[in-house]
Amino acid sequence: MKHGRWRFLLGALVPALVLHVVFVLSPYAQAFWLSLTDWTGVAGEAQFVGADNYVRLGGDSLFLDAVRNNALLLIVVPLVTIAIGLFLASMLRTSSPRLGQGYRIVYFFPQLLSLVVIAVLWGFVYNPNTGLLNSGLRAIGLGGLAHSWLAEPAFALIAVMAVLVWSSVGFYVVLFSAAIEGIPRELFEAALLDGAGKWATFFRVTLPLVRESVQVAFVYLGIAALDAFAVVQVMTVGPGGPDGATEVIGLSLYRTAFTYGKFGYASAMGVALFFATLTLAVLALRSGRKERLELA
Amino acid sequence: MNPDSQVRPYPTRRTILKSAAVLSVPALGGCVTAGKESGETKAGGAEKTAENPLGVKADAPLEVVVFKGGYGDEYAVKAEATYQQKYPQAKIDHKGLQKVGEAMQPRFVAGTPPDVVDNTGAGRLDIATLVSANQVTDLADLLDAPSLDQPGKKVRDTLLPGVVDDGTFAGKTVALNFTYTVWGLWYSKSLFADRGWTYPKTWDEMVALCAEIKKAGVAPWTYQGKYPEYINDPLLSMAAKAGGADLVKAVDNLQPGAWKQDGLVQAATAFAELAGQGYLMSGSEALSHTEAQAAWCQKKAAFIPCGSWLEAEQKGVAPAGFDMVMGTVPARSSSDKLPVTAVQAASSESFLVPAKAKNAAGGQEYLRILFSKQSATAFAEANSTLPAVAGATDGLTLSSGLGSVRDAVTAAGSDTFTYRFRTWYAPLAKAVDDATGELVNKRISPADWSTRIQKAADAVAKDSSVTKFTR
Repeated sequence: MKHGRWRFLLGALVPALVLHVVFVLSPYAQAFWLSLTDWTGVAGEAQFVGADNYVRLGGDSLFLDAVRNNALLLIVVPLVTIAIGLFLASMLRTSSPRLGQGYRIVYFFPQLLSLVVIAVLWGFVYNPNTGLLNSGLRAIGLGGLAHSWLAEPAFALIAVMAVLVWSSVGFYVVLFSAAIEGIPRELFEAALLDGAGKWATFFRVTLPLVRESVQVAFVYLGIAALDAFAVVQVMTVGPGGPDGATEVIGLSLYRTAFTYGKFGYASAMGVALFFATLTLAVLALRSGRKERLELA
Repeated sequence: MNPDSQVRPYPTRRTILKSAAVLSVPALGGCVTAGKESGETKAGGAEKTAENPLGVKADAPLEVVVFKGGYGDEYAVKAEATYQQKYPQAKIDHKGLQKVGEAMQPRFVAGTPPDVVDNTGAGRLDIATLVSANQVTDLADLLDAPSLDQPGKKVRDTLLPGVVDDGTFAGKTVALNFTYTVWGLWYSKSLFADRGWTYPKTWDEMVALCAEIKKAGVAPWTYQGKYPEYINDPLLSMAAKAGGADLVKAVDNLQPGAWKQDGLVQAATAFAELAGQGYLMSGSEALSHTEAQAAWCQKKAAFIPCGSWLEAEQKGVAPAGFDMVMGTVPARSSSDKLPVTAVQAASSESFLVPAKAKNAAGGQEYLRILFSKQSATAFAEANSTLPAVAGATDGLTLSSGLGSVRDAVTAAGSDTFTYRFRTWYAPLAKAVDDATGELVNKRISPADWSTRIQKAADAVAKDSSVTKFTR
């Protein structure tokens, strides 16, 4: 009996564990080791260089640009995405079920496209001469607002943020809609009877009760904002430009490894990014831990 | 049943973690850097004879990895067929890949690379890194071997100027590039004939012509703004013509103050003026190469800077009768050290023989076949691209673009130049691209441009982790 149980458990766990160890944990561990070496990516051997790579990170102006941009993305993208997502989801609650369903499907569309496709499409939209955005602005007489969106340092990162928000908002509309539907109808009715307006209902009833979904959304979006590699690599000038205006850590890492042949240094960037992501996830999950609400 | 098992019917988290740790030890042992230098396992050379100058072992298998990009890999397969005829016992393994770097990296690391690698295309392996890791063979024997079909000539003497230098790192030639690229300014011959414009020989003429073109309602220049390296080429060409080989050498050798040389500052000033006068098509700064080149083909702009691949790339985009031709970059002043016919030329499509190849002699013999005149001519015919072998296009009827490229190479004679810092120091190349992008968007001045790049060059020079090369 005991023996059989072990066999079953091992049979269920070992294949997954082995895959995880070989393809996830082992590369992580190797990256930590490589970040302390000068491995070039093509040599069979690497020399131990201690913390040199980490010291170098602090003086690498392009990497610091990347950190600054990722920090901006981290602040803006989750906030805007969640705000729009919550707004649309609570609007859907009050609209007719059929219309709401239709909208939900439409909002979800970008989620079905690969990020690379999205980046290519938005690259066309931002084209300064023939792009949809500038042509639209000119068509409605706002030609003065037309910009070379991806080529002006003041707008390039905003343009990237807009794409990230656009591509992820649909998923969070669906997530938040589901969470809102889980709230007992009586609570909304009670609020209505007490004379709560739409804003009060949203801030006093809806938001506190979908808090956990929002928290999860922050973690996911935070991780996405720390990445942003695909969109930047495909869409921006340079890529990462103009002049580092849209550089992100992932892109710096990729270039350092695959163009400059410095895998050791690139691993150091990866390790730094790993700790940033980990810290973010822990902070986001800790912050709201004690305020869990029970629905009776 | 044992009472113990009642207490713990299932394994705890701790025991599972413990077994996982045990399992992970061998997995971690298979680390990327675990490969050690293995003993020499090369196919022993056969005797070197006039017929077999590289001492190829007739029955040694040959593995060839070719980048299958715009040129396909038909030309490489043809050379393999010739090899097979010569060595019928050899088993040839051909691979035509798009991501050569990705596929080859683990094989270099493991010490089991193929015998010939065409290290080309996006994601190719950084050649300077391969050199500093001792992963490539010195091709001196091949260069001194007699040419396959040009009697009395060594392979070295059949190549266009600069080809051997392009593959030389720290005194060793480790790569041979198969195609020859020339950079210049492109324009439509028919458009210029229609409007009565003449291609300028000096920068003053260029500025005057730009004013005229702008008046006619056409943007004088466009460029592939998404990738600022395209506009770098005419800028650096102009500087090289002004300062001659010494200027180029100073830049490549990372000499202190190299980027503050007058030739470079003057060239940067010229391009800043071009932008300042509004002679660059608006919006160019955000266009990809395809978008900018398409706009140029639609005659929205008169000039575009590009390498000699442009004609092949615009096949199907350029309208009939567009007749694109390449002109050389105009001279900055009459005191230029190089004549106006001088061109920036470099070879690409980089073939190398890995140091740990099992059949290195066979790999070099394969390159001797590939770089024969017959093979190069067939390549030129099939791909409208200039091969690195001199005279390969003789007697062929060429399209307007390729014809102009060949004429430019002939007119330049030995006055070709190329900057090596792009391949030697990739981070410096990135700094130059960024700075030039800012310069032609009027966000920095020519003086800032040279200061910024000088700082990046000094940083590379100081960085002890970067292998240095000199020329």
